[in-house]
Amino acid sequence: MSQPDAEIVQFDNVGLRYGTDKEILADVSFTLYPGCFYFLTGASGAGKTSLLKLLYLAQRPSRGLIRLFGTDAITLPRERLPGFRRRIGVVFQDFRLVEHLSAFDNVALPLRVAGVSEKDIARPVGEMLDWVGLGDRQHARPATLSGGEQQRVAIARAVIARPDMLVADEPTGNVDPDMALKLLRLFESLNRLGTTVVVATHDVHLIRKVPESLIMRLDKGRLSDPTGALRYPPRRTTMAGADAPPPL
Amino acid sequence: MALLSSLFQRWRSGGATSDPRLLPEAQLSGPMPWVIAIMIALTVVAAASGLALRNAAETASADLEGGVTVQIVTAAPSERLRQAAAVVSVLAKAPEVADVRQVAQEELNTLVEPWLGTRPGDDVESLPIPALIDVRLKGPATPDRVAHLRALAVPVASSARVDAQAGWLAPVFAAIGTLQWLAGGLIALLALATIAAVLLASRNALGNHREAIEIVHMLGGTDKQIARVFQRSMAFDAAAGGLVGLLSGVVTIAALSRQFAGLGSGMVAGAVLHWQDWIVIAAIPVAGVALAVLTARVTVLAALRRML
Repeated sequence: MSQPDAEIVQFDNVGLRYGTDKEILADVSFTLYPGCFYFLTGASGAGKTSLLKLLYLAQRPSRGLIRLFGTDAITLPRERLPGFRRRIGVVFQDFRLVEHLSAFDNVALPLRVAGVSEKDIARPVGEMLDWVGLGDRQHARPATLSGGEQQRVAIARAVIARPDMLVADEPTGNVDPDMALKLLRLFESLNRLGTTVVVATHDVHLIRKVPESLIMRLDKGRLSDPTGALRYPPRRTTMAGADAPPPL
Repeated sequence: MALLSSLFQRWRSGGATSDPRLLPEAQLSGPMPWVIAIMIALTVVAAASGLALRNAAETASADLEGGVTVQIVTAAPSERLRQAAAVVSVLAKAPEVADVRQVAQEELNTLVEPWLGTRPGDDVESLPIPALIDVRLKGPATPDRVAHLRALAVPVASSARVDAQAGWLAPVFAAIGTLQWLAGGLIALLALATIAAVLLASRNALGNHREAIEIVHMLGGTDKQIARVFQRSMAFDAAAGGLVGLLSGVVTIAALSRQFAGLGSGMVAGAVLHWQDWIVIAAIPVAGVALAVLTARVTVLAALRRML
């Protein structure tokens, strides 16, 4: 059972600006709880990607307080960042695959970074690539993969290490509706295993597919809480018995 | 070099640790092995020269250390012979003297032959060449000992001049010392040039792989993991360059040795390399690799610290 008071992320009056420009994010306050499924919506340019960057520690805010996994992320020493980042899986909007590595090696990166031995890498990576339908493209370099295939490699890389939190920026933007639904089911499966999922999207149809999800809406850098769930999060149970995402 | 590169490439790709696949293997290569090969070859030659000069100086110094020469500078042949015999007699009884002998006239003739010639009919013996007495002391010819010998010789031979043999070569030793410092300075400059080359190559490689580094950072990769990739790449480049540089340097030393051996000079004959010197020379590429790896590590870590 996830406890609402054991928050995984807490933003308090967070603001972000680049240089002397006006704030991209202003007075953003919210709390994310373990095991919940969040959608972050908003028009293009609303600040979704910037907010996600703060979430996965790619950016420090200009002001405000951010707590991640119960620790102040603002004053977190630089040498402790890798430990926190390993607990967060990220699907970048532009995939950010390493061009010189094969699909297999890209998906294996988080495991290698975490020091998992080579003999313990081959099987889970192979299975994960099978799940995203790329079992036969393991040795392909990103440049030879289609946009949708690259996106699936990026998703496989983000979830391979079973992160505590999955942050996905428009993860279904380059795949057909069927694949989008399959990927969403994968996220749901991970969510049922206890992973907190944050998906940034402006695809309303996708949001409707996950009725129990909580919605955050960004409008010109300010966060609204259309369902009230951010202020009054529902208690929910994670499916501890689930052992693996379903095959796509 | 191509064969070496291919061999090293195989070793790189066959690495047992997971680090090599964190990033595409940093291509520090390019001209880097060649730059390091040139640096190492020059360092090897400079070090070998410095060591050979030191050995020559030590050999000459050891030969002359206990040597004292007494000259009997008088024009009258009979008086010269009398004073020389008296000096030999007195010095032979001195406690610090191990051996004393008057240099035979034939040896003196040979010594002055290059200057005075050997034309038939020349009467070299009629020239007022000083009588020479070679004295070997039991220890080094210190100024006190030389003064004591002079005090013994002058009363029985008023025209005796007593000098430590080492004193004659003092300017040569000073010049050798200067050359040794020069070799040391050259090695230091080569080390600095190597550091600069590695620093530039590392920064360039960092720039080329910046995006991949950022991704690895976002996935929880540590600076040390990333730096290890660059260190390994630099180690292979430096090892390949070091090996080629060492071989080139040794070939150059061998060629120079043959040239100098042909001179047949006594002092140059002492300028040989002992087995300890060869160990020092063999350690130069190892030191070069260590320096290159350390420079790459410090450069990469410093650059990564500026990233979030």
